[in-house]
Amino acid sequence: MQELINIFVKSIFVENMIFAYFLGMCSYLAVSKKVSTGVGLGAAVIFVLGITVPVNYLLENYVLKEGALSWLGPQFEEVDLSFLSFIMFIAVIASMVQLVEMVVEKFAPALYGALGIFLPLIAVNCSILGGALFMQERNYNTIGEATVFGLGSGVGWFLAIVAIAAIREKIRYSNIPAPLRGLGITFIVTGLMGIAFMAFMGIKL
Amino acid sequence: MAEVQEVKKERESLFSKNNRKLISDPLNDSNPITVQVLGICSALAITVKLYPALVMSISVLFVLAMGNVVISLMRNLIPNRIRIIVQLVVVASLVILVDQVLKAFVYDVSKELSVFVGLIITNCIIMGRFEAFALGNGPWKSFLDGLGNAFGYAWILLAVAFFRELLGSGQLFGFQIIPESWYLSEGGFYSDNGMMLLPPMALITVGIIIWVQRSRNTELIEEN
Repeated sequence: MQELINIFVKSIFVENMIFAYFLGMCSYLAVSKKVSTGVGLGAAVIFVLGITVPVNYLLENYVLKEGALSWLGPQFEEVDLSFLSFIMFIAVIASMVQLVEMVVEKFAPALYGALGIFLPLIAVNCSILGGALFMQERNYNTIGEATVFGLGSGVGWFLAIVAIAAIREKIRYSNIPAPLRGLGITFIVTGLMGIAFMAFMGIKL
Repeated sequence: MAEVQEVKKERESLFSKNNRKLISDPLNDSNPITVQVLGICSALAITVKLYPALVMSISVLFVLAMGNVVISLMRNLIPNRIRIIVQLVVVASLVILVDQVLKAFVYDVSKELSVFVGLIITNCIIMGRFEAFALGNGPWKSFLDGLGNAFGYAWILLAVAFFRELLGSGQLFGFQIIPESWYLSEGGFYSDNGMMLLPPMALITVGIIIWVQRSRNTELIEEN
């Protein structure tokens, strides 16, 4: 249990998707003009990361990894399909996003109204594929750890986009040098937030 | 109908003015990183040193130019509804090629780039150019557009990596540039700015590049 909490806190603060790895920067910069849209996209990212990371974990451990196919029979023990992982992960992500979109539309129309327009955007958000690839690189032991890692990364991304959207709403009233307006100042503010987040480095429960 | 268009295009010489513009525009006025805001994820994470940044630029150059050509050749065959999946499959196959080549020939760099080679798949530059250009233009033009945008991406990447490596560790491509005798430990006056090696400084460096670019080219200035 303690291990799970540790992974959760670490993936939110220490290994934050935006501030430590810059994943999902494109949509982070494009959709952070208003807090309300930032909240919508952030929630969609938590949702999709929480689903795709465990699914990709199963795929990695029972199909792709070296020796992962041994459950089919002893003659498959030496099969190594890991070179296929990129294409499999992206296919899983694209289809999961479609599936989630359909399920949400059918069973939770209110949620669909809030998340709907953001879901298709997410298939090509770097942080989703990044979550799957980090999961592969870090070799999590159980599916629980992988799920917690996915959810934690999503929450970290959510925090980052909501914070920058709030700052950008306020920054509109300040007198910034003309060439820095818009994109430039957003980069610099994100950098400063990243420096602030570095204070969490080394936290371990 | 499609054939008529093809014939018209062939009358234009290979390096006509319009075609040259396809390469030169993305270097400055419509730079993929600083103006179109595409492909930032990978641009920042791997710019601590020049060498990985160079390898990354070449990988993106290959994937973008080849992908643009492939998509452009298939543009009349792809059903509109499933084009995103088709594009993802094309990019993913090209990226697998790049990844295997890197693992075979420059294993150290491939370890250093870790997940960021895979993340070329979701690099927005690539999908963005497929959507905005390759789906509506012939293969040769798309190839040039791919090259131009990859160069635009590469020079920002290399500029950021240049400053971060020089100021952060006093080296360029791993060679010592700042003389050893300047360092405090050798009795000199200089010490490296370790801050430049940390991730947030990449964002601030790009912010400053944008600042310089926009003050030279005032047309790019945004409304608040």
